[in-house]
Amino acid sequence: MAIIGKPINRVDALLKVTGAAKYAAEFNQPNMVYAFPVRSTIAKGSVTAIDSSAAEKSAGVIKILTPENAPQLKAIDPKVKTGGMLGEQLLPLQDNLVYYFGQYIALVVAETYEQARAAASLVKVNYSKEKHAIDLNTELPNGYKPQKVQGEDAQVNEGKTAPVIDATANKISYTYTTPTENHHPMEPHASIAVWEGGDKLTLYDSTQGVMGARGTLAYHFSLTPENVQIVSPYVGGGFGCKGSQWGHMLLAAMAAKLVQRPVKLAITRQMMQTNVGRRPATQQKMAMATDDQGMLTAIRHHTDSYGNKSDFFEPSGKQTAVLYKAPLREITYKIAKLNIGTPTYMRAPGETPGTFALESAIDEMAYKMKMDPVAFRVLNHTAEDPSKKHPFSSENLLDCYTIGSEKIGWQQRKAEPGQLRKGKQLIGYGVATATYPAGRSAASAKVQLMADGSVIVQSASQDIGTGTYTIIAQTASETLGIPVEKITVKIGDSSFPPAPVSGGSMTTASVNPAVMAAAEMVRKELLALATADAGSSLKGRRPEDIGYADGNFFVTADKTTADSYADIMRRNNKNIVEACTTAMPASGSGLGAPTAPCMEAPIDKEENSDKEKYSFHSFGAQFAEVWVDEDFGTIRVKRFVSVQDVGRIMNEKTARSQIIGGVIYGIGAALMEETAYDHRWANPTTRTLADYHVPVNLDVPDIDVHFIGKPDPHISPIGARGIGEIGTTGVSAAIANAVFNATGKRLRDLPFTPDKMLLKS
Amino acid sequence: MRPFKFSTTADSNEVSKILIANPHARLLGGGTNLLDLMKEDVERPTELVEVGNIDVMKIVSPASATGSIVIPAVEKNARTANDPAIRENFPMLSQAILSGASAQIRNMATNGGNLNQRTRCTYFYDVAMPCNKREPGSGCGAMKGLNRMHAIFGWSDKCVAVHPSDMCVALAALDAVVKVQGANGKQRSIPFTAYHRLPGDQPQKDNTLQPGELITAIEIPKNNFAENSYYLKVRDRASYAFALISVAAAMELKNNKIVRVSIAMGGVAHKPWRASVAEKYLLHKEATEANFKIAAANEMKLAKPLEHNLYKVELGRKALVRALMQAANGGKTI
Ligand SMILES: Cc1cc2nc3c(=O)[nH]c(=O)nc-3n(C[C@H](O)[C@H](O)[C@H](O)COP(=O)(O)OP(=O)(O)OC[C@H]3O[C@@H](n4cnc5c(N)ncnc54)[C@H](O)[C@@H]3O)c2cc1C
Ligand code: SF4
Repeated sequence: MAIIGKPINRVDALLKVTGAAKYAAEFNQPNMVYAFPVRSTIAKGSVTAIDSSAAEKSAGVIKILTPENAPQLKAIDPKVKTGGMLGEQLLPLQDNLVYYFGQYIALVVAETYEQARAAASLVKVNYSKEKHAIDLNTELPNGYKPQKVQGEDAQVNEGKTAPVIDATANKISYTYTTPTENHHPMEPHASIAVWEGGDKLTLYDSTQGVMGARGTLAYHFSLTPENVQIVSPYVGGGFGCKGSQWGHMLLAAMAAKLVQRPVKLAITRQMMQTNVGRRPATQQKMAMATDDQGMLTAIRHHTDSYGNKSDFFEPSGKQTAVLYKAPLREITYKIAKLNIGTPTYMRAPGETPGTFALESAIDEMAYKMKMDPVAFRVLNHTAEDPSKKHPFSSENLLDCYTIGSEKIGWQQRKAEPGQLRKGKQLIGYGVATATYPAGRSAASAKVQLMADGSVIVQSASQDIGTGTYTIIAQTASETLGIPVEKITVKIGDSSFPPAPVSGGSMTTASVNPAVMAAAEMVRKELLALATADAGSSLKGRRPEDIGYADGNFFVTADKTTADSYADIMRRNNKNIVEACTTAMPASGSGLGAPTAPCMEAPIDKEENSDKEKYSFHSFGAQFAEVWVDEDFGTIRVKRFVSVQDVGRIMNEKTARSQIIGGVIYGIGAALMEETAYDHRWANPTTRTLADYHVPVNLDVPDIDVHFIGKPDPHISPIGARGIGEIGTTGVSAAIANAVFNATGKRLRDLPFTPDKMLLKS
Repeated sequence: MRPFKFSTTADSNEVSKILIANPHARLLGGGTNLLDLMKEDVERPTELVEVGNIDVMKIVSPASATGSIVIPAVEKNARTANDPAIRENFPMLSQAILSGASAQIRNMATNGGNLNQRTRCTYFYDVAMPCNKREPGSGCGAMKGLNRMHAIFGWSDKCVAVHPSDMCVALAALDAVVKVQGANGKQRSIPFTAYHRLPGDQPQKDNTLQPGELITAIEIPKNNFAENSYYLKVRDRASYAFALISVAAAMELKNNKIVRVSIAMGGVAHKPWRASVAEKYLLHKEATEANFKIAAANEMKLAKPLEHNLYKVELGRKALVRALMQAANGGKTI
């Protein structure tokens, strides 16, 4: 019964389109009140006085929290593992220091949302202002060289490529820049905090990680983790900005504690630009060289970027450690501290800006060597991890190039730019390689089979719009031999067995092996009951001779000899058969559940993500056809082909949606997305979605998605790698390369708005 | 937003009195602009009067003997754009309206509200920033700030904002007339080009409406532009974005000779900008690309770009030529 892989509709689709799916801000509580933050209008310095007298008199106001009266939180201790991850090393309202424009400096609590917001505008703040750092180039000399990037060395072969690259004429060297971007999921962050007495807290929250949120709140409020429950059944997108914990979550709980009523804090689109992370701007200096045949001899990738109140920086050299056969590669970083809201993970952190730089540079190198960009990539393709020297767990990148070339019609492309046109539109084709690491973490799941044949699956995972509910149901269905309609998936609640944050494209690879293992245990237990049961026609049969489907066991050789799950449970007086398991990858728990409550699932080491033996990555090829207006420089992506090698596909439909969404994200990054700052105040000037553009329907062409679909034999018994982020990687480079092919103009500064095209000769 | 009184007063004289007595009273059309500004604390009205309820707004104007068309101030943008008479006689107006905002917003937005919508200058929207338009005397944040979207014509050292409307650019080119009524039922007709203002020393004033005056309707005189007109909008994404530059170009041709021409630009000034230099050059000339190029170059010579909007000069020149070419080509893509 092959349910896994089928393009079934989302099991939560009806709830979502009818509005019955409840999001964080919709869990209204009896006696609930509303909070609205006051934010700093300077980027560095301190708050010297807060005059809230007018605001206090404003209608409906209950309390105004400032550092003077705010509940004290347990301080950050870098040595303590809380199980959570603060987005920034900054607890709200604990002191009067300001590190960026828009920082929370007070909080108004009132009977209604509008009353809280109106009163917030009446709070007067005095500051002692200091000179803020806002210009990356000015601040870089004071920057630091990070030592580690996601556990790996952050400074690789520094200075070693110069002799090779300098010695040849077959080289290119350019700088590629990308702007600060914001995640802007459709649903802004929201928290509703409810205290029961002083030691039990429930937080309804829009989060990518209920377990992490539990850890952070428990730690800073000095509660036992079991007394903190995070509820987040539906999340209207996250893209990384809901992966860690930000100030509003703590503020909601602080306010609820102080006023002793449930408090709702829903942040605004403006706060989405200042308080919940961003992708920081990068300047990436690329250089590479080849021999006379076009074989790469060295690649250099240096990233300059910024951070603020955390160690996070954009790891945009990551893909350069993995792609192409070059024997020598130098990957380095330098990070300045700026007074801009703290950066964080944003869809394909590292690879999104990183593949723009690397894959644009590869295109420039191919042109320089007068080689076809696809042929150049094929020539330099590597079948093993060139840095770690491990084999890839599974890798079919060359097929991606071949299939993509065919689908886009690569042969129509003219090598010389500016040769194809239709009326005033110049037409061009571009290619880029996509890649993203395939992570897997420990995860637990509980499966319960009821006497009526229904099934409940529980795991403290999250569905951030990706289809997690649906593919968990498919995994349980296939493993149990019970139709999807009978399976209820419960996730998004920290009281369920622990699972990792929905980030790093690892939910599918992590959670489904646990679901499968638990479901297998249930099935085996049930079968053991049958084969030992005198009342069963299966009595005494060997398990390997038994098949299962539609709630029945049967003898594979003679399907009429069968017994139903319901009958077996009835005869054995069982209301429930259940199992809870933790799937623990060979390489350790990863970012996963440190407190695994269930028994470890027995999984063969070879198919259990052993990072010592294999390098786990997904790959793909992105192809774009663009039309550029020769007068106005407006770029339209007319067609896009994305061929992805991401292991086994769990659901053709939700998988396709992930890649389509990823490509659209990439079109946004390529053509329009930018959070702009006025250096005088260090404030974002793109404050609304009318200023911060994301693609609208008319910007999105037909996106042809093709999956290689070969299961990865080493990641898990299921063979599925994650898929949420790779779709974005390479997209802006494919577009940039197509624009060059169309116009002869090489843009190295994202996004490609018409003004840049016009000013470029 | 701050608390306010909501009025449904029907008597227009009463409404005028309210507006004169209380400088913080505002008319509420579709609310697609005003409510946003209230949420941002930019507009702080203490009273809102619902426009749709006011008596004078409900008077249906009789068909005009001169062939002009009158569109009510309270009519929704979407309805005006899709009105068969507008589509037939003034297709450029339909195109302009439909190029603006989104379908949802156009379904809410009124014609009067469209004329009186405020600039999208980001400093105007952020109360933490200086802005002479929002708070006279506080300075202009955009002048030395991020002014990529701002004016290249007619700005002053007090304000460099642009008027954001598309509809108004077409109305300016169509020589429409704004019908208003003030205190004691006094009615006035304001030529469209005199309706919006340049910022000068009073950027807080967007238009020449007097205290207590309401827009009741917009009249568009008959013309022969329908055949050869076009509204072109260049923007940062394919839809749902304000214009970087827009051009409403209309002409009447006799044997390819231009006997009447009217051109207005959006995204370039504090009001829809009539390209009168280009118009003057083109009148009585052949409708050729060469002539369009000279006309466009002459017009754009007068531009005064700011730090980040130099591109608008070249874009404006090219957009003028393209819009004129398409108008000459019967409104069809060239
Ligand atoms: C996201 C977004 C994108 C947009 N994109 C575009 C675009 O691309 N192009 C474009 O042209 N527009 C665009 N708009 C603006 C939109 O066209 C205006 O918001 C709309 O036309 C305003 O009409 P309204 O009836 O909602 O006005 P309201 O918001 O109700 O009022 C606006 C102003 O007009 C005044 N007013 C209303 N009626 C009258 C009257 N009869 N007499 C006197 N004063 C009156 C009000 O007092 C108020 O000051 C966009 C708006 C948004 C929110
Ligand atoms: S351009 Fe006008 S609206 Fe913008 S900040 Fe300056 S004064 Fe204000």
